Amino acid sequence: MKAIVTVGLKPGVLDVQGKAVAGALKDLGFSGVEDARVGKRIEIQLDGNLDPNTAEAEVREMCEKLLANTVIESYRVEIAG
Amino acid sequence: MKSAVIVFPGSNCDRDAARALERVSGRSAHMVWHKETTLPEGIDLVVLPGGFSYGDYLRSGAMAAKSPVVRAVIAHAERGGLVLGICNGFQVLTETRLLPGALARNAGLKFACKNVPLAVTNGNTAFTRAYREARETEIPIAHGDGRFVADEDTLDRLENEGRVVFRYLVNPNGSARDIAGIVNECGNVMGMMPHPERASDPALGRTGGAAVFQSLLEAA
Repeated sequence: MKAIVTVGLKPGVLDVQGKAVAGALKDLGFSGVEDARVGKRIEIQLDGNLDPNTAEAEVREMCEKLLANTVIESYRVEIAG
Repeated sequence: MKSAVIVFPGSNCDRDAARALERVSGRSAHMVWHKETTLPEGIDLVVLPGGFSYGDYLRSGAMAAKSPVVRAVIAHAERGGLVLGICNGFQVLTETRLLPGALARNAGLKFACKNVPLAVTNGNTAFTRAYREARETEIPIAHGDGRFVADEDTLDRLENEGRVVFRYLVNPNGSARDIAGIVNECGNVMGMMPHPERASDPALGRTGGAAVFQSLLEAA
């Protein structure tokens, strides 16, 4: 079983990397780009015997304790088969 | 004053901090490895030094905040012991929640490494009393993730409670309200992005940070 965690700065927190990426895309001629936000994706390999609900609760705890700094970041957890 | 400097893998200002402490107190600091679970007996002050602890993996300071020795540092802070976090040490302190807010990527995206003028906005803390009447100083910065971020309520509270200790006179990184250093509610824990240890000896060409260590000596 695999958990996919996506962490990014909360809306409202200035994402300077995202701004730089959006600027570069516009410079490349992608005129439809309005904004970009950069985050990170963390894949965690889990014991396949874990109950998916238990696994999700555990991964959320991982996010709260280490993977995200909830002062400025939000996270999303997906459990993939 | 009995002091300890925590050494994480990737710390690179630990010896500079120890040298600054020794210069002011005449006693050498205990160097404490991150795997230790206790601090040496009778420690007055713990310094979390600058550097790139754990390679800044995940987020600056995130891994260090969960290291065994930092549990002992948190207990020391909760007992009222003095803790000074410099640069990466400030990032570690926000990650432990001993200090509010967070340090995000510099607004200009560049690593900022220069001498910066600062206002000493609270000269009545254990970390700043030796500035006496001086209301300005100059200390170097060297960081990529130094933009202090916190919600408006937290920023208001920090300002109203006099917990903003140092402010940039020219904001180098986009920090909210020009904040360069703050203390916790009890005033025994301070985090600052500038490096006072790099401005603590005439031989270094500048002494604008020496008063931080002098203050701690007087407080301990």
